[in-house]
Amino acid sequence: MTHSHVTTTINGDTVDYLCDAEETLLDVLRDRLGMTGAKEGCGTGDCGACTVEMDGRIVCSCLVLGAEADGRSIRTIEGMAKGEELHPLQRHFLEGAALQCGICTPGILVAARALLEKNPNPSETEIRYWLAGNLCRCTGYDKIIRAVQNAAAEMRGESNAA
Amino acid sequence: MAKVVLWGSLSRLADGRKEFDIDAPDIGRMLAALGSEAPKLKPILDKGVTVSIDGTLYRLDRFKTIDPDSEVFILPKMAGG
Amino acid sequence: MPLDHNPDKKDFKVVGHVKTRPDGVDKVTGRAKFGADMFAPGMLHAKILRSPHAHARIKSIDTSKAEALPGVKAVVTAADFPDNPDLLANEELVNIRYNVMARGKVLYDGHAVAAVAAVNPRVARQALKLIEVDYEVLPHVVDVELAMAPGAPILHEDLRTNGEGDEPTNVARTIEIGHGDIDAGFKEADFIVERTFTAGAAHQGYIEPHACLANVSGDGSGEIWCCTQGHFMVRDFCAQICGMEVSKLRVTASEIGGGFGGKTTIFIEPVALALSRKTGRPVKLVMTRDEVFRATGPTASSSTHIKMGCTKDGVITAAYAELHYQGGAFPGAPSDMGAMTAFACYQPKAVKALGWDVVTNRPKQAAYRAPGAPMAAFAVESVVSELAAKIGMDPIDFRLKNAATSGSRSSYGPTYSDIGLVETLEAAKAHPNYSIPLGPNQGRGVASGFWFNFGGQTAVSLNVNIDGSVALSVGTPDIGGSRASMCAMAAEELGIPYENVQTIIADTGSLGYNDVTDGSRVTFASGLATIEAARNAKKVLCARAAKIWGIPEDAVKWEDGCAIPAGPNAGEFPPLSIKELAAQAGETGGPIAGHYEISADGAGPSFATHIVDAEVDRETGRITILRYLIVQDAGKAVSPTYVEGQMQGGAVQGIGWALNEEYIYNDKGLLENPGFLDYRIPVASDLPMIDTQIVEVPNPGHPYGVRGVGETSIVPPLGAVANAVAAATGTRPQELPVSPPRLLKLMKDQPLAAE
Ligand code: FES
Ligand code: FES
Repeated sequence: MTHSHVTTTINGDTVDYLCDAEETLLDVLRDRLGMTGAKEGCGTGDCGACTVEMDGRIVCSCLVLGAEADGRSIRTIEGMAKGEELHPLQRHFLEGAALQCGICTPGILVAARALLEKNPNPSETEIRYWLAGNLCRCTGYDKIIRAVQNAAAEMRGESNAA
Repeated sequence: MAKVVLWGSLSRLADGRKEFDIDAPDIGRMLAALGSEAPKLKPILDKGVTVSIDGTLYRLDRFKTIDPDSEVFILPKMAGG
Repeated sequence: MPLDHNPDKKDFKVVGHVKTRPDGVDKVTGRAKFGADMFAPGMLHAKILRSPHAHARIKSIDTSKAEALPGVKAVVTAADFPDNPDLLANEELVNIRYNVMARGKVLYDGHAVAAVAAVNPRVARQALKLIEVDYEVLPHVVDVELAMAPGAPILHEDLRTNGEGDEPTNVARTIEIGHGDIDAGFKEADFIVERTFTAGAAHQGYIEPHACLANVSGDGSGEIWCCTQGHFMVRDFCAQICGMEVSKLRVTASEIGGGFGGKTTIFIEPVALALSRKTGRPVKLVMTRDEVFRATGPTASSSTHIKMGCTKDGVITAAYAELHYQGGAFPGAPSDMGAMTAFACYQPKAVKALGWDVVTNRPKQAAYRAPGAPMAAFAVESVVSELAAKIGMDPIDFRLKNAATSGSRSSYGPTYSDIGLVETLEAAKAHPNYSIPLGPNQGRGVASGFWFNFGGQTAVSLNVNIDGSVALSVGTPDIGGSRASMCAMAAEELGIPYENVQTIIADTGSLGYNDVTDGSRVTFASGLATIEAARNAKKVLCARAAKIWGIPEDAVKWEDGCAIPAGPNAGEFPPLSIKELAAQAGETGGPIAGHYEISADGAGPSFATHIVDAEVDRETGRITILRYLIVQDAGKAVSPTYVEGQMQGGAVQGIGWALNEEYIYNDKGLLENPGFLDYRIPVASDLPMIDTQIVEVPNPGHPYGVRGVGETSIVPPLGAVANAVAAATGTRPQELPVSPPRLLKLMKDQPLAAE
């Protein structure tokens, strides 16, 4: 089998890897690079558990080929906290019980961060539509939406972010 | 003597009898007594049933005591999700 | 077992105030290890070949070409799971083995027939294509009524209804529940409603597919890492199916990405084990989503006939149900649970419920939150609301008038102890959502629901560390924050801060047996055992203090994390904290620990009442949920936000079942929608916020009054949504899900008859 050599940037670091033609970016992240934060819930682009950011856009990494990442910049859940310090979204997810089993959480956090970087003050409806590609079976979404709202308020510097 | 009531279709295996007066100190001995009074019940009882004593369900504890005036029901084996 | 029952205890310091959870940081940073996140050096990847037919005889399997493919290390089929006496003595296990790997016949589309282990997943997939299976296709049946009809294709030649009779059948079991004179009850009624309802098979829909990593060493001992609701169950089932000694197999539960009942059995673990045994290498096996849908447990689908009567003052006089449940290829459809729970919210004088457990050519049903109850409640709650409408009574008042109460006789027989249905109905009625005015094409639906809740075998072990912190080991996988509850209960008992307790899920080698974790059991049973283990540790701590002070043990008591003299006569000693006692444990008698093993019973039923407002689009048939309220009795909410989360999650699963989710089969008996695109579970934009109100009627069977909460919340939504749609359209949905095409048809067939 022919392998391609790929050079890409992941969470700010330059990374090189070899991959098969049919391997997805998700396969590469998980199986070759040991970055298992992105999850495979379906492999067909329907669940969002594998969500990562590529050149500023959120993508289902199960639909991107490993080879396509060449020369791109990828951001994953592993790069979201700065050392010990959690991103406000991560903190509000924890405090607001926005996760139960947590399998959907990495994908949702990556997607939500991309939203808040584009739109610091999204309405409930905007959040719901933005996250409509990220399935969560445990929570019924209520606490996820609230956590995103609360994190957004904090990031806007509104002190009474409850 | 506690009154032991079978679930509806179980009484078919007890020649139509729905209720038994059984003198037994705990669940295990009550089930044994029931099985010898109505032998056709025995295979079902051995496979596992749920026993309700005064409204509380017991799936496992054979030594749970039964008071003489307890209300006892035999119900199908149950499981949750 | 004398437990210090103090359900009136109100002054909790930790319980009820938990903020974050111990596994939380790992789960928001991507570090948490789920089933598919484990790797082992030299690991092989396995894939399973599945039946393309609904029902077929396997005439032969030729694996030689697959075995010859470079990179393939082993192939297994049913022949690799030979009979053994222990296995054959257990009918359930024989069926599980048959479900894990087809023998003789395949029984459904997706039934496993062979598996391959290869150097990478791509080679394994390629190898599957080289396995040649010669099938003789047989007639199939996937519908419950057709499977019960005379002349239906028979799945199991040896199956007899309740083990009796001579004729092969697809009806595995029948059951009858009830009391009172049903005919007399209907004679007393002024109004009678009689209808038939169907509900599709819904999948649990956990986002994490089944995954495991098995590793058998040359000496015959093995390890499995997997996502499961019960790793002790996995160990015992796998050992028996693979003919291993139980002690030779150690199972570690990974973090679990949802289960809801669907991970209370095994599917792939014995396959990975057999492949690892054959190759001598670790084998990882991860299901695809397509496999999850085709081969793991959805619920039973049901066809339910209900007849209920009431007087003109609103007293239900008789309640009758016939429940036909198909549970896929093997016996076990929970029609018995359906029959017992159907009328459990009410106290009709006469009640009779009949259940049928039917096999069909579909994947074997698996438990799903309150198994068997939601589809029965859908039918009953529809009829209850229709009766209320008929006599012009408010649906909540009607339910209140007939509600099961503490001390009333349950429809399944026994007398209820303390229950909280009335409290949920009253709170629902008083809630502002119940009086918000509705617009055109909008309707409000009410429904109540019941679930028993169970305990189970539980072992926990609690160790006091050298610095006075506490390590708690439990054997029930954490399916949604239960570690936090365990930490809270241990901290509460020991009088120490929540942060000082760490809870881990111990592997099967480190702890006594624990039953599978179902949705309602963990906080109740593991919590009960945790409390008792902590109490045992306190006894040890007090004994050490007594030794140090040179006074009798009963002269010492535990308060706020310290040993103190029990009374003025015990002498004057400054308190000894857990930290001080822990530091000198070595010199005062050795490590300080408490453990507890119990078969916990008495979980206490939980009731809920839901109110939903829905709007119907008459053009497209789309139903929008505008508002949703859950009121549920939690007994005592240990972690209120997590209790809310469980309630919301369950309700939304029920909404999905009501509106969209179902298994769709084509005329060949093949599943048409084995993916999230076509099997559509609710997404964020489908829903409003889900309002919750927790009612606390303490459970007398638990020291803190805790009841199970995880399951009840999926019971009312089907009926509540159906009632809202009926109110909005004037036509009553009798088939769930009420997908847009179904609703359009319904409105066309029965235009606007006000109810
Ligand atoms: S795994 Fe990529 S969308 Fe589901
Ligand atoms: S928390 Fe389990 S799927 Fe979202």
